[in-house]
Amino acid sequence: MAFYEQQQRILSPAKAGYMALTLVLALLFNLLPWRNVVGLPDMVALVLTFWCVHQPRKIGIGIAWFVGLVMDAGNGALLGQHAFAYAFLAFAAVSLHRRILWFSAWRQAAHVLVLLLASQLLMLAVRLVAGGAFPGLTYFAGSFVAAALWPTASFLLLLPQRRPAGMDENRPI
Amino acid sequence: MDYQPPPFFSRGPAPLVRLGFFACLAVLLMVLDARFRYAESLRQVVALLAYPLQRAALAPAELFGAAAGFFTTQVSLKQENEQLKAKQLLAANDVLTADALRAENAQLRRLLEARERLPRPSTLAEILYRGRDPFSRKVIIDKGSRQGIRSGQAVIDDIGVVGQVTRVYPLLSEVTLITDKEQRTPVQVLRNGLRAVIYGGGERGTLDLSYTAANADVLADDVLVTSGIDGTYPAGLPVAKVARIERDAAYSFAKITCVPTAGTDQNRQVLVLSQEMNIPPAPTETESVAGKLPKQKRAKKRE
Repeated sequence: MAFYEQQQRILSPAKAGYMALTLVLALLFNLLPWRNVVGLPDMVALVLTFWCVHQPRKIGIGIAWFVGLVMDAGNGALLGQHAFAYAFLAFAAVSLHRRILWFSAWRQAAHVLVLLLASQLLMLAVRLVAGGAFPGLTYFAGSFVAAALWPTASFLLLLPQRRPAGMDENRPI
Repeated sequence: MDYQPPPFFSRGPAPLVRLGFFACLAVLLMVLDARFRYAESLRQVVALLAYPLQRAALAPAELFGAAAGFFTTQVSLKQENEQLKAKQLLAANDVLTADALRAENAQLRRLLEARERLPRPSTLAEILYRGRDPFSRKVIIDKGSRQGIRSGQAVIDDIGVVGQVTRVYPLLSEVTLITDKEQRTPVQVLRNGLRAVIYGGGERGTLDLSYTAANADVLADDVLVTSGIDGTYPAGLPVAKVARIERDAAYSFAKITCVPTAGTDQNRQVLVLSQEMNIPPAPTETESVAGKLPKQKRAKKRE
């Protein structure tokens, strides 16, 4: 009897070091000097959501908050803006993680799109209150691109866990 | 007796509690940062963490720039050389007259016992990239506190004011463009000396001459220059040109839209002017307050 929409593989446990590495790489991507690229995905938000959905016991709101703080300092944004949005994103992802994993990759992406858009809306509201200028609707394009990357990102981020721990002739997985 | 789950099921506080805690912390930080600017030291500490990442992220762009410079064709160099020669010929005349005028001006100033304006030391800087914050108009330049850049300094290009240094890191600094929504620049109409404050227009890339009376003597194509009364910008630098004036009888202020003179979005090389040190203290204040005043004024202007 299939409870899940897709077949699930038995994965080896995620390593904390690997999770940290992916977060640092995502930060690096976000800090690249992009020149007015429309629809640039927020990789940090995507990776954070991914780990909050897959490993809610190892990563959570506190880490998301801190990563957001680093984003703020690196970006020259209002200090606490990303921290606020990411903390909310992590909370939503952790609360929904049991539900999201039931679906196929593209339906998961639909869930993630809503989460990312909500966090962007939060950031927009915060900045408008603080006196920023409305950057236009293209600001939200990044979330759509990031959600479209979700199936690929899931595949790539789970690769190390798919690897068997050691070579064994008799083991089926 | 109340039931307690075994300790190996314990997962700390509930997610909602954690969210509340961290959201409050974030809001506190934002208020401190936006309203009181107390969070700068914390930002410096966290920025130190982000700094290696920033440098690493800049490396590919620098490599690409170096490679592009290496492969610049001879044809384009030759063309540029010819253009520059023609330009220099045109400029030579101006330079000759400018020298004479400068000498004359200096003499007149001495005659008037005017405060002699020292030529300000300036630093040439290059714009690395546009700030990633989509809510503001900022650029990052490649000079920082190690090169003597200080917060509050004016940034110009060859034709006018570009903006003001608002945040300084060891090797980089952040320049808020005059077109940023939060940036104000004190200006003067070149034609008649009318003083006003110009406001950035945000994403439109224009400037607004707000709070100018509806009957003020401002015409289309008027040139606005810095007035210099703020002690931050030197006087007489071109800032903007009046593009459109709407006078509506329903409002007491005219809506004046201007376009920036300097290429706030195009240039790569800019000049960072150092602060003028010889600002006289405010006349009516006591000695202790007067010493602090210019700093306070600048801090206010940056907000």
